[in-house]
Amino acid sequence: MTSLRCFLPCDAGALAVGADAVAAALRAGLERRGLAAEIVRTGSRGLYWLEPMLEVATAQGRVAYGPVAAGDVESLLDAGLASGGSHALRLGAPEQIPFLARQARLSFARCGVVDPTSLEEYAAHGGWRGLERAVATPPAEIVEAVVRSGLRGRGGAGFPTGIKWRTALEAAGARKFVVCNADEGDSGTFADRMLMEGDPFSLVEGMAIAGLAVGATRGYVYVRSEYPHAIATLRAAVAAARRAGILGPAVIGSKQPFEIEVRVGAGAYVCGEETALLESLEGRRGQVRARPPLPAHRGLFGCPTVVNNVLTLAAVPFVLAEGADAYAAFGFGRSRGTMPIQLAGNVRRGGLFEVAFGLTLGELVDDVAGGTASGCPVRAVQVGGPLGAYFPRALFDTPFDYEAFAARDGLIGHGGVVVFDDRVDMARQARFALEFCALESCGKCTPCRIGSVRGTELLDRLLRGEGDRAAQIALLEDLCETLKLGSLCALGGFTPYPVTSALRHFPEDFRAGQAEAGRSIL
Amino acid sequence: MTRPAPETVTRPAPESFRPELAAEIIAAGAGEEGALLPLLHALQAAFGCVPDPAISMLAEALNQTRADVYGVVGFYRDFRREPAGRRVLKLCRAEACQAMGGEALAAQARAALGVDWDETTRDGQLTLEAVYCLGLCATAPAALLDGQPVGRLTRERLLALLDAAREPA
Repeated sequence: MTSLRCFLPCDAGALAVGADAVAAALRAGLERRGLAAEIVRTGSRGLYWLEPMLEVATAQGRVAYGPVAAGDVESLLDAGLASGGSHALRLGAPEQIPFLARQARLSFARCGVVDPTSLEEYAAHGGWRGLERAVATPPAEIVEAVVRSGLRGRGGAGFPTGIKWRTALEAAGARKFVVCNADEGDSGTFADRMLMEGDPFSLVEGMAIAGLAVGATRGYVYVRSEYPHAIATLRAAVAAARRAGILGPAVIGSKQPFEIEVRVGAGAYVCGEETALLESLEGRRGQVRARPPLPAHRGLFGCPTVVNNVLTLAAVPFVLAEGADAYAAFGFGRSRGTMPIQLAGNVRRGGLFEVAFGLTLGELVDDVAGGTASGCPVRAVQVGGPLGAYFPRALFDTPFDYEAFAARDGLIGHGGVVVFDDRVDMARQARFALEFCALESCGKCTPCRIGSVRGTELLDRLLRGEGDRAAQIALLEDLCETLKLGSLCALGGFTPYPVTSALRHFPEDFRAGQAEAGRSIL
Repeated sequence: MTRPAPETVTRPAPESFRPELAAEIIAAGAGEEGALLPLLHALQAAFGCVPDPAISMLAEALNQTRADVYGVVGFYRDFRREPAGRRVLKLCRAEACQAMGGEALAAQARAALGVDWDETTRDGQLTLEAVYCLGLCATAPAALLDGQPVGRLTRERLLALLDAAREPA
């Protein structure tokens, strides 16, 4: 007889809203009723407004309920949870929920479905096929497949992944490395975290393929310390892959060794910048390196190194398993494939939305996310993390695509979309961007280290109404220009995006005394 | 398979500095390439901070100057020179949480505890820290209490959390 199978996320976002309490109540309730059942802890499907989302396997497929509180469990069991019985919280088949049905889940196909640390489930859901293909393919052909797929770095810069790999493959070196950048520090982003917690083997597989492609024998994942659950799950997955002979002296039947080590950051945002990350891995202060040399020529410990974001590496198994053309068939313009977009902040339906490039910002915010959680009108949307521009409603027709956002003086970065309602004070948001830059600057280059501090002082004077207003604004714009052109990395270089976009699109908030006018959320 | 618990949740309470234990920790990891950050994390996990004698021992083991090691300890927000309170609450102050009223909560937390950022309550029970993003942006405002995530914070939930966190062990 098959016993009942329930699925409940152990994703940090679900735990934050009580998933463990639901699990405990469920276990107790099932026991009281003498029902044999297995509670599988999965990752999250990414429908966070419905978390904790409980699913049960029925003869007709899975049935979901959410958001479930521990206090709902008794009534759910009474309603016949085991057979997908009707209840106020019943959502039906999870795949039919419009938010999920509209997505193209290539990288997140397994996330929220499988037990993240089960090798069997990973294999049963299509895992390792890309790696098996890679083992039987010469390195140059793996690289060319990635080039043809059009995959671009999902960390933010959007650099073509295949070109980076080709550079590392062609670079001479006795040792080479693959480094996974899992220092996901941008506010409004959580896709890396979800993937590491919900489907870590896809990252392991992507890194192993990268190792085979460029001739690297060792990989490091640099995970931020703010992600304790991701670190634990990823370490368990790496250990399981090693025990199964997928990692180790011979990657599944190949002659090439590949090992992965998980390293933990220490609370420095700038270590998400690839050269600062390499410095940190080497045991130093996370200070940015001047380029050239490129990391692909001289990276970690002076050796040729591929540095890729979690989402970039996790997209690779699909490219190998299904073919470059299948991946490139998704997308828009020069942005090929899918982008895991993260809808966050003041939204009714927050979560992960993986979709082909090309939806407009307005569709994402109004339609997919359903507008604000507060019910107040949307006023500003910050896209691409703390270094991304603020978009007003007037620019909601911008398609989600690297070039389209750049053409409107913005960036898509790592795909974070943070929505603010009409209570936001954009002068305070601009000031926060400069303050954040000052706080997180590695100190290596002057525009970022000093400019960020001078910028906050300048904004304060402007908001206090000191001096000539036009002259202050001209000075601020000039300072932003210096930061943009003179900084060594994106921290100083992109901080002007939120500042100048706020100034341009929301000038009414920069009048003296505005900060005291009661609109501030800060 | 049971889900792996974060090390920050499961590890034992820190003990006071013991040179023998520090030497043992350093010897176990000093052979790795780029060993300094993992060693600093391990020492802080054991002792609750990175005390001066440990810095000298690290410098010697890794053949670096003490200034180099100090420089690294000082650069990263995670590493402390003094132990924190019994529990640590990291409250997110980044944009997604701001959009959901996070800064008002931050002010309430400081007022309720009578501390500013990076300070510990007078009874030594709780240290309050600002953090810039926990990746809990779709369940904002969010916080992390000793590695346990908390989301959809309201004033009431925050005050209850602060009370519970200050209960003696």
